[in-house]
Amino acid sequence: MKNGREKFWTSVATYAALVVICALAMIPLLWMVSTSLKSDAQIVESPPRWMPEKFAWSNYRLAISSEWAHFPLWTRNTLIIATLAVIGTTFSSAIVAYGFAKIRFRGRGLLFTLMLSTMMIPFPVLMVPLFSIFVWLGDHTPIQWLGTARPLWAPSWFGSAFSIFLLRQFFTTIPDELSEAARIDGCSEWGIFWRIMLPLSRPALSVVALFTFMWAWRDFLGPLIFLQRPTQYTLALGLQTLQSQHGSTPWNQLMAASVLVILPVLVLFFIAQKTFIEGIATTGMKG
Amino acid sequence: MTRGEIRSLLKGLAFLSPWLIGFAVFMFLPIVLSMYYSLCDYNLLQSPAFIGAENYRSLIHDGIFWKSLRVTLLYAAISLPVGLVVSLGVAVLLNASVRGQSVFRTIIFVPSLVPTIAAAVLWKWMFNQRLGLINRALGPLLELLHKSPPPWLDQSAWVIPSLALMSIWSVGNTVIIYLAGLQDVPRELYEAAELDGAGKRRQLWHVTIPMISPVIFFNLVMAIIGILQVFDTPFMMTRGGPNRASYFYTYYLYDNAFTYLKMGYASAMAWIQLLLVLGLTGMAFWSSKRWVHYQGK
Repeated sequence: MKNGREKFWTSVATYAALVVICALAMIPLLWMVSTSLKSDAQIVESPPRWMPEKFAWSNYRLAISSEWAHFPLWTRNTLIIATLAVIGTTFSSAIVAYGFAKIRFRGRGLLFTLMLSTMMIPFPVLMVPLFSIFVWLGDHTPIQWLGTARPLWAPSWFGSAFSIFLLRQFFTTIPDELSEAARIDGCSEWGIFWRIMLPLSRPALSVVALFTFMWAWRDFLGPLIFLQRPTQYTLALGLQTLQSQHGSTPWNQLMAASVLVILPVLVLFFIAQKTFIEGIATTGMKG
Repeated sequence: MTRGEIRSLLKGLAFLSPWLIGFAVFMFLPIVLSMYYSLCDYNLLQSPAFIGAENYRSLIHDGIFWKSLRVTLLYAAISLPVGLVVSLGVAVLLNASVRGQSVFRTIIFVPSLVPTIAAAVLWKWMFNQRLGLINRALGPLLELLHKSPPPWLDQSAWVIPSLALMSIWSVGNTVIIYLAGLQDVPRELYEAAELDGAGKRRQLWHVTIPMISPVIFFNLVMAIIGILQVFDTPFMMTRGGPNRASYFYTYYLYDNAFTYLKMGYASAMAWIQLLLVLGLTGMAFWSSKRWVHYQGK
């Protein structure tokens, strides 16, 4: 019986620890929502209350419509960048991943290692030369780069190492017999990729799309460097301007704005939860 | 090479071409340019003027450079080990079979979804000395001990520990990666250990940790790479202050490049950063031979 009792107490302790950790994870978020619904007077109230006496929805309205905030515009900009980045990354990474997974050629292993090692290069190392490359491109091509969103999404049309890796892992699990059969039927390599591989890879493609979207939604340093006018800002950059002038933006409105920035991501997460978790889990599996 | 080999080589390169072009333009060229700029006086407006190792020489005598390096390493020394241990602990708890497991997993993952800027705004509010939730909760307790609540972001001695504390809030990604590793440990190993009379703690130490050591190693490398480029949170929350106590390496690099337009100087810093990342991950790889166990696959 001793064993049974010990097991019981172990699971009680585990349970208690999990409840405490979950509370610590959630309290800041709940506090944010609570603050976002409080009136100016209630924020400073002591002792603080979790449930606002009367919901001050006006904080949300004020945050969105304050003079130098362009929330609808920022949301639009973010969505445009994110969409272009998602389409570009998913499409181009899939093409490259197919090459790495299904075509045997000399130097493939070496190139793959090279690609993986680029993941270690920190963005700050690249940002100064990238900036000057986009300046140069602006001077020597008819397309304007700096001060537009182009530098933020154009590079993603050339594949991202992380997504290529993820998709390659998936492609290698698809048996070669399928493509062999198609090849005998006279299908071109591109046809095999387009008509056989892609339809079979929907789960992996959605992981890549989801991650790219999340990354674009939260990216800060990129927009900070390349965007110039407040009307071009993304939500992350916009919220930053809102909060850095926070002498004039009260906490309840800041919290309301933050809730609005988080909400779409949370909704997306709950819709695609399974895809998400499995995707992250596979990133650690390179061994 | 036979004709067939050449054909498949061309085919392979065709499929790889988006990445090959992207790598050349957005990775290789920048790295080479960065090397060249680091040897130049370059302010974007005029073309770069070669000055040899002058930038590197000035860096050695630049007190702020050393300060920013110290700040970054101090932060790494706190947040890296604590983050890795805490997330492993949480993953072990989440791996235990208890009722509501999936709910716990979801809740613990949610904070890591919060975009950095929103987390920064939120934690600035949490850390607020007078009105923040933390001090409102701690205040009455500390008053009993006749102590005043910590100043968090407002004092140089506290700001780095505060940012490290905040970083632990969003370890969800790392937890999920650990969890996937834990689920791959064969059950028989635990059963065998139990038959040999090993308790839970010894199972953790002698079965779990060696078995997931490749995952620990992966998380360690990712943490090293990530921590050396911390920029967003200090930029948003403290502006590098107070007294440059949170003036991280990348922040100083950013300021040199885009505030003072000292692109050459910033590039020298970038190269040192690259070498630091390579050196530290290299050390991790070297040490991994001693403690990372790969199973034959």
